[in-house]
Amino acid sequence: MKSDITFGQYVGGDSLIHRLDPRVKILIALVYIVVIFLAKSVTAFALLTAAAAVFVLMTGIPPRLFFRAMRPLIFIIVFTAVINIFFMRGEHLLFEFHFIRVYREGIVNAFLIVLRILLLIVATSVFMTYTTTPLALTDALEQLLNPLKKLHVPVHEFSMMMTIALRFIPTLIDETQKIINAQTARGADFTSGGLLKRGRALIPILIPLFISAFRRADELATAMECRCYTGGEGRTRMNSLKSEPKDWVFFSTILLLGAAVVCLNLFFPVAAVKL
Amino acid sequence: MNAIELKNVTFTYGKHMPGAVPALDDVSIQVKSGGITGLIGHTGSGKSTLVQMLNGLLKPDSGTVLLDGIDIWAEPKKIREVRFKAGLVMQYPEYQLFAETAAEDIAFGPRNMGLEGEELDRRVREAARFAGLSEEILGKSPFDLSGGQKRRVALAGVIAMSPKILILDEPAAGLDPEGRRDILGGVKRFSRESGTTVLIVSHSMEDMAMYCDDVIVMAHAKILMHRPTAEVFSRAEELAAVGLDVPLITRVAAALRKNGVDIGLDVYTVDYAADKILGML
Repeated sequence: MKSDITFGQYVGGDSLIHRLDPRVKILIALVYIVVIFLAKSVTAFALLTAAAAVFVLMTGIPPRLFFRAMRPLIFIIVFTAVINIFFMRGEHLLFEFHFIRVYREGIVNAFLIVLRILLLIVATSVFMTYTTTPLALTDALEQLLNPLKKLHVPVHEFSMMMTIALRFIPTLIDETQKIINAQTARGADFTSGGLLKRGRALIPILIPLFISAFRRADELATAMECRCYTGGEGRTRMNSLKSEPKDWVFFSTILLLGAAVVCLNLFFPVAAVKL
Repeated sequence: MNAIELKNVTFTYGKHMPGAVPALDDVSIQVKSGGITGLIGHTGSGKSTLVQMLNGLLKPDSGTVLLDGIDIWAEPKKIREVRFKAGLVMQYPEYQLFAETAAEDIAFGPRNMGLEGEELDRRVREAARFAGLSEEILGKSPFDLSGGQKRRVALAGVIAMSPKILILDEPAAGLDPEGRRDILGGVKRFSRESGTTVLIVSHSMEDMAMYCDDVIVMAHAKILMHRPTAEVFSRAEELAAVGLDVPLITRVAAALRKNGVDIGLDVYTVDYAADKILGML
């Protein structure tokens, strides 16, 4: 069971993208996502696909891992494709059967929308989940949101909560597995019976799990207090983030990519569609 | 007949991952009925994996697991019955308690076996007696008990299933000497009175020496030796080579021997050593 749950998809490496400042990476990902939504023409999409391929190669992560990231979204992808193919109206009728009408525009549209979803997945994996550790991500997010502190938003507290939550996911998965094993060893049966019986069968797992989560929280709180943790005020970090020229060069590349996409939309509007 | 028999069992966690190392590598053991066997090995030697093979929590990649001569995976659908036959007390079992009272928690296993009424009651009481739990404790919430008491409730929960084989993974870990004696003494009494075969996984050589008839030593996913307790501890050098120790008293005996007082190499309990030394005077 443990191996089925993959969380924190970070894939280690030492590529240029891995080494970018995580704060800049978040900004890059945001801009990149906007750029992907700007694309309207086939030419623009072609450029973005080529760019995505280059980024994937730059990370040095096996491309099949990116396909794996797409798997959970397969339903959404197929659903969008089907909706577009069958319900989009246009000028070039290709196929008609009773009330079903398929237009060329529908097919092109479906193709581009699916491509857009795939590009979004690749964009977030390349710049965030696959190349940045969850810890670096929350750290970077905290610093990016720092200005909100002026508005009394407890940015540090939120980020600390997120860090702790992420940190404890594997621990709790481990713990759950142990409790499941222990109760299975006492003959608990989670796989037969009706809904009610199965729900009841979860009690011997959930109660010990909650108790242990509370116990851990308590212990962690004590441990943090022992080390004089008092919140974010005046707290310094061991690895302070520094952005270097290469970060901003990369950031500019994405801006250029955006500009190119807008130009392609305007000047080469091949099969430009309503998206 | 052997209560437990493993034939060429191999198991690897996440075997599809590159670089996966087997946790059990062609392991074969035979454990006779009725005794108390110890299982020792350094951390990561495969002890816990082996223990989870015995009640079908893990299925071997290859090889067979036999309990009382019957292959436990012959009928995969009946694996639950195997779990009642080979009762497993996991590491830190106090974290699996969930019921409203200690008695209810102990009854969880037997109830899963379909027992109820008087028989259930009898089983709970009997198990509580072996685990040294008083009537008063049985009525309390398990979360109000001390660590040692919780541990004993968890032990009773498995004993109450009347397993033919009782397997304990580090039953005394983290307990003080008195807690260790309470729990291991209870196990020993249970084994002697009911004739149950017991397998104890432990790091503590002193516990092994005190309670086990024979000892299996694991190292690097393999069985290093399986011998009567005295013989295992007389091979201190082999144990040291795989990161294991012998009981303190055995080391004392070895030191005495080096200095010209030979009380033998098979000394592994203080009482025995005392007798030997007194005999020489």
